[in-house]
Amino acid sequence: MTTILAVDDSASMRQMVNFTLKGAGYTVVDAVDGDDALIKAQEQVFDCIVTDVNMPNKDGITLIRDLRAIPDYKFTPMLMLTTESGMEKKQQGKAAGATGWIVKPFNPDQLLKTIKKVLG
Amino acid sequence: MSIDMEQFHQVFFEESFECLDAMETGLLNLDMGAVDSEEINTIFRAAHSIKGGSGTFGFDNVAAYTHVMETLLDEMRDGRRDVTQQAVEVLLGSVDCLREMLNAIEAKEPVDESRVAEHKKSLETELNSAQSTTDESESTPVVQEAVTPEPTVAASIEASVLASPVVWDIKFVPHEDLLVTGNDPVRMFRELAELGELDVTINLEGLPDNLDGLNPEFCYLAWDLVLTADVGKDEIDDVFAWVEDECDLSIVLRDPVVVPLNNTDDTQALVLPEIVAPVQEVIAAAEEITEPEPTEESVEITDETTVIVAPKEKSAEKKKAASHTASIRVDTGKIDGLINMVGELVIIQSMLSLAGENFSTDNLDRLKLGLSQLERHTRELQESVMNIRMLPINFVFSRFPRLVHDLSLKLEKKIELKLVGENTEVDKTVIEMISDPLVHLVRNSLDHGIEIPEERLKKGKPETGSITLAAYHRGGNIVIEVKDDGKGLNKEVLRQKAIEKGLIADNAILTDKQIYHLIFMAGFSTAEKLTDVSGRGVGMDVVRRNIQELGGSVEIDSELGVGSTMSISLPLTLAILDGQSITVGDETYIIPLSAIVESMNMEEGQINHVVGKGEAFLLHGEYLPIIRLHEIFNITSVKSSNLIEGTVVVVDGLDGSRCGLFVDELLGQQQVVIKSLEKNYRSIDGISSATILGDGSVALILDIPGLIKLSNQ
Repeated sequence: MTTILAVDDSASMRQMVNFTLKGAGYTVVDAVDGDDALIKAQEQVFDCIVTDVNMPNKDGITLIRDLRAIPDYKFTPMLMLTTESGMEKKQQGKAAGATGWIVKPFNPDQLLKTIKKVLG
Repeated sequence: MSIDMEQFHQVFFEESFECLDAMETGLLNLDMGAVDSEEINTIFRAAHSIKGGSGTFGFDNVAAYTHVMETLLDEMRDGRRDVTQQAVEVLLGSVDCLREMLNAIEAKEPVDESRVAEHKKSLETELNSAQSTTDESESTPVVQEAVTPEPTVAASIEASVLASPVVWDIKFVPHEDLLVTGNDPVRMFRELAELGELDVTINLEGLPDNLDGLNPEFCYLAWDLVLTADVGKDEIDDVFAWVEDECDLSIVLRDPVVVPLNNTDDTQALVLPEIVAPVQEVIAAAEEITEPEPTEESVEITDETTVIVAPKEKSAEKKKAASHTASIRVDTGKIDGLINMVGELVIIQSMLSLAGENFSTDNLDRLKLGLSQLERHTRELQESVMNIRMLPINFVFSRFPRLVHDLSLKLEKKIELKLVGENTEVDKTVIEMISDPLVHLVRNSLDHGIEIPEERLKKGKPETGSITLAAYHRGGNIVIEVKDDGKGLNKEVLRQKAIEKGLIADNAILTDKQIYHLIFMAGFSTAEKLTDVSGRGVGMDVVRRNIQELGGSVEIDSELGVGSTMSISLPLTLAILDGQSITVGDETYIIPLSAIVESMNMEEGQINHVVGKGEAFLLHGEYLPIIRLHEIFNITSVKSSNLIEGTVVVVDGLDGSRCGLFVDELLGQQQVVIKSLEKNYRSIDGISSATILGDGSVALILDIPGLIKLSNQ
């Protein structure tokens, strides 16, 4: 069973991502911010992380950096949800260890395509 | 897969309104002197969130509008722009405008485009004002370094499309650390293979000579790829976009004339021909080691999210109820608690059924134990379920900073608003219904209570007035106070006004409390001149009526020249009531416990007969009228008709008036579940609602103020 951790402080985005990925047969766990995600990621090991960048408490980039430091997550695909304008963020994210990004706004099909890309 | 995005709209609207509230609060909290960067960040994040969501869910006009706000906030956040009062006012106006837009979209109504355009213009004017210290080069996103500048690629592709197939030579040399970002070359090859026909040739030159020097986490391999596909370079770039800083990449269009199709003969010297493999094989091999495809069954897995969606009906502008789903947002902790408790109930149920199956007097103790546990858990379950409806009063309080900000500007007064006990929890219905009365009271304090700065200085008060909104629990009630340090109520003026208006007789003797309560009478206004903020003489009576409808009461305390306090006392919940059951004849009634002052048995000497006013009795130096319930409700089976035989329950009306209810007998105190009479029958004077007792019979719940009114007629 492929499990994905979806991190976003926005409930509607969380719901959309969750619904889309579940609909495609993945098991999805939600987290509301980086802190929440880090706790959940230690309770079970996920096959993929999808995270928003701008979040309270712990942002997505710090989350990716923290996760990469955990042996279980060394090679795990981690995607960040970012806005077109945030080229700078993309590079910061890459430097922190992000696998790639999905540009917002995106639709469910784009999301699935990208997820399938990293999960096969 | 096609997904109906509309299903997410409800949550999107709800959270957008929350974001707008957060922005508003943040903007109001900004201190021009010392701007807190975290505060700006919070405001930015809220705008960013709305922008992201509205773009995703297809509200492009909202996204475009928010984009301008976001840009302005971003510059403030980065310190490239000063935070000025003017900018804050423009942003506050934009928050209002966005709220209107979202309200309209939610209600599926047309957006007032001219208003939006107007606001957007003022935002853009602010953005383009000289204020910005933006350095152009800073704001331009860093341009990615192109690996192979290929200005004529597009043209050459187009030219060659018709003539011969397009062949791309891709040289891909990953850096050692490519794998530790979760990227996988096989994934990229698979993606390239989707574009066209792909030949993959591995290059092992980078492998260490002996295995001792091999770091298993590193990528030592490189690949030469030949892609035969009618695509542009940008599509190939896209495949490598995530790793462009982690590899050396060259993508070259093969000259279609010189190079024949699928010619891999000109491989470089380094390539080992025996490991040239079609990409399908590479992928097939890769699939064996990757996880299996998610199965169909997993679709049925239940949603693990425990956020229950709730529209927040708190914006004053939202007058009409759009197609709202009545729902509520609940803390997951509360739900976990409930689930836990249901688990306990299941255990007790099985314990009891076991005890019932093999029943003998020996296990009577077990049965009793089970029943007492059942009682305890049922009570806890009931409390927890009620708790789900409880929301922090901050849902109401949070709108006041803006209200006070706007009104004090308008009235040219300086006012500081203090909020106390925002996290006090209260029933959702109470939250919804208390909002408007509270707004009225706060407006009243602002308008009539707090003096203008000059007047305050003259009186030796600080120039800035203060209004405190406080909430706390007292007994089974929640008390909400609106306190100001303004001029206070002038009893003499109130009294004169009431006489002038013919509301009281000119020789009426009134207690302080009764005088203050005059302001709640319809048509009473003491303001010297009417303002558009408050003071049209309507409203305060409505305020009191609203509060009474919620089963609450309002008290006024005031000192001339020092200030006033209005205290609203409300039941914590409207679904359950702490009651005292009493009997009159064969009937059982419930008196709300909150209304009971004391109960007593009468002695002959205590009772007085007042001509034309019935019976009264003396209690703590005050004569109280007696209401015989059996007379009011016309009950013939009454046991005691002589006052010294039954019991008198002293109850408090909401306006400070007290009386004694004459009943046959007091039964027990219990919590009762309120069933509406209006919904099931019709409203009856003196009765507020009904409940169902343990034996299945119906008992009516007395409405004390209504009873007092009824007995006076």
